[in-house]
Amino acid sequence: MQPINVIRSKAVPLPLPNIDTDQIIPKQFLKRIERTGYGDFLFFDWRRIQEGANAGEPNPDFVLNRPEYHGAEILIAERNFGCGSSREHAAWALRQFGFLVVIAPTFAEIFSSNAGKNGIVLVRLTEEQVQTLLSRSTANPEHQLTVSLEDQSVTDIDGFSAHFDIDPFRKFCLLNGLDDIGLTLRHEQELDRFELNHDKDFWFLPNAGIA
Amino acid sequence: MAAPRTLFDKVWEQHIVAEPDGEPTLIYIDLHLVHEVTSPQAFDGLRMTGRKLRRPDRHLATVDHNVPTTSAQDRLVIADPISAAQVNALRKNCAEFGVEFFDVQDRSQGIVHMIGPELGATKPGMTIVCGDSHTSTHGAFGALAFGIGTSEVEHVMATQTLPQHKPRTFRIIVDGNLPFGVAAKDIILEIIGQIGTDGATGYVVEYAGSTIRALSMEGRMTICNMSIEAGARAGMIAPDETTFAYLQGRRLSPRGAAWEDAVEYWRTLPSDPGATYDRELYIDATRLAPRVTWGTSPGMVTSIEGKVPSVEDGKNEAERRSFERALEYMDLKPGTPMEEIKVDAVFLGSCTNSRIEDLRAAAAVVGGHHVAKTVRAMVVPGSQAVKRQAEEEGLDNIFKSAGFEWREPGCSMCLGMNPDILAPGERCASTSNRNFEGRQGRGGRTHLVSPEMAAAAAITGRLTDIRKWKPNNPRQELAEGGSR
Ligand code: SF4
Repeated sequence: MQPINVIRSKAVPLPLPNIDTDQIIPKQFLKRIERTGYGDFLFFDWRRIQEGANAGEPNPDFVLNRPEYHGAEILIAERNFGCGSSREHAAWALRQFGFLVVIAPTFAEIFSSNAGKNGIVLVRLTEEQVQTLLSRSTANPEHQLTVSLEDQSVTDIDGFSAHFDIDPFRKFCLLNGLDDIGLTLRHEQELDRFELNHDKDFWFLPNAGIA
Repeated sequence: MAAPRTLFDKVWEQHIVAEPDGEPTLIYIDLHLVHEVTSPQAFDGLRMTGRKLRRPDRHLATVDHNVPTTSAQDRLVIADPISAAQVNALRKNCAEFGVEFFDVQDRSQGIVHMIGPELGATKPGMTIVCGDSHTSTHGAFGALAFGIGTSEVEHVMATQTLPQHKPRTFRIIVDGNLPFGVAAKDIILEIIGQIGTDGATGYVVEYAGSTIRALSMEGRMTICNMSIEAGARAGMIAPDETTFAYLQGRRLSPRGAAWEDAVEYWRTLPSDPGATYDRELYIDATRLAPRVTWGTSPGMVTSIEGKVPSVEDGKNEAERRSFERALEYMDLKPGTPMEEIKVDAVFLGSCTNSRIEDLRAAAAVVGGHHVAKTVRAMVVPGSQAVKRQAEEEGLDNIFKSAGFEWREPGCSMCLGMNPDILAPGERCASTSNRNFEGRQGRGGRTHLVSPEMAAAAAITGRLTDIRKWKPNNPRQELAEGGSR
């Protein structure tokens, strides 16, 4: 994972609550067994025209298709972003499309964990702050935001300034680009000891397996 | 004396491996369930880093999301090459890493959340994870069970642990006798309607109260299953005699002296009297009515006696925007009585409602009737075991002679990764758990209901209040829907 700290970029406004992972990456792309190549499929169904003669063509009205927003690394949405299915493909698609930050009032839990493990910073602001940023990015697609993970702040040149909370451990991992398995294996001795006792304590519970 | 602890506290504390300063707690995972969709990249990660499965005996795998349900033959040779590749990848990975695997034709195959309990792999007091959000189902046994992403799948494979922040606790007490026609599904839809789809975010929910105690394991699983639809990390129900009776004699249940020890341990798990929760909610079950969703989020739900809401009914600007979008997507006019909404398809299946009890309840409604001409209806048993049991009881014949398709087990139209999908614009009464845009097929419209309500909708051709249902009604009373 790439270390991440300060992101300065325009932002894509997506003013809807409860954006679920089925929308972020529709099911047809879950059949792939690779871990890369999901960026093109981000919000796939929303990016295409659904009905009529032009069905299947890119939908010029959908915000991600608008050239003004190309290259944005920040996405802004409303509450409960990432709810629904646990598919990490949603985080892969966002990251591989180029988003490094999502700003919203709240995030669903499994998505939060997936995002963190894929180098995406989730910024939780108040409903009011999010509305301000949504309207600024809607009014001016070039509107630049600066997100500093180190300072836990979001600012713009029009005087917007907000602090956000983030789990210190998540922050540490994101800043340093650390891999969770490696971190856990620092506790291998404790794990060995725990497992030995756990197996003994619960001898009466059979496990699965052909091994 | 030690402070009173909740069921969750007990399971959590039992599994703490390490509590490093300033970091999440490292907890031990007793059982990891694997399916074809969220595992290939995790197995690949292990190969890339030269890691092995720490404990192959703590994993169980099956195929469910992608498998065709049309016939046993279609499953052996999957026509869609991409689905086939994903299923094959799991076969290979399980063989290479030593994971017990239930393939398409296996007697124990089924939706991953069906087979854990059926095999007796799911047991009280365990920690259970799976790369699937509906892992919350297993909490019905008093296990701490939650969905994880693919990076976490790899983490569990390599270390049999997960770093986790301790969630808060939320007790939902449901008390009283359920009125006629109200099912477990209606309880959880009612809860989600009350607290919202993010109402339990950050919490593990414990369902308690006399209504929950009176439910079968099937009903409890339906409720825990949809905890994730309220945003909960997990749902749990204290183990009791109903739980033990369900588990006794299953393949991975303890036997003999081990059984006695297990039950003795399981009896220590229920929350101590006086244990406190971060949040509580009380639901009077006697006042519940059957529920049905009208929109594109499980929180957009109303009573079957209700009407489609209008945009102005949204509580705030964001909700009004999402109502507007949902009404348009669902093609519904505000003020339309729910009972007047016609359906084109009925899906009886999914890890929410495809257990034997669900099929029995639906069959009791269907018996003697015929599916409306304008409706295509299918029953997809959740597992091979349920399918066998239903066939032994003759339920398959009841469904088939009523005009339902009787399918092979899998996720099927719950998410339409296999060929079972809605056509754009089709409207479906479904016993599954998600009514998101396109969930059952691009442009498809989903109304979530209980199995009884789904069965009735199949026959009348519209959303139907099951409380007015008369079993074996004379055909003419149903003519309105039946001959539309
Ligand atoms: S039945 Fe539906 S919700 Fe359950 S595991 Fe399968 S796809 Fe997921």
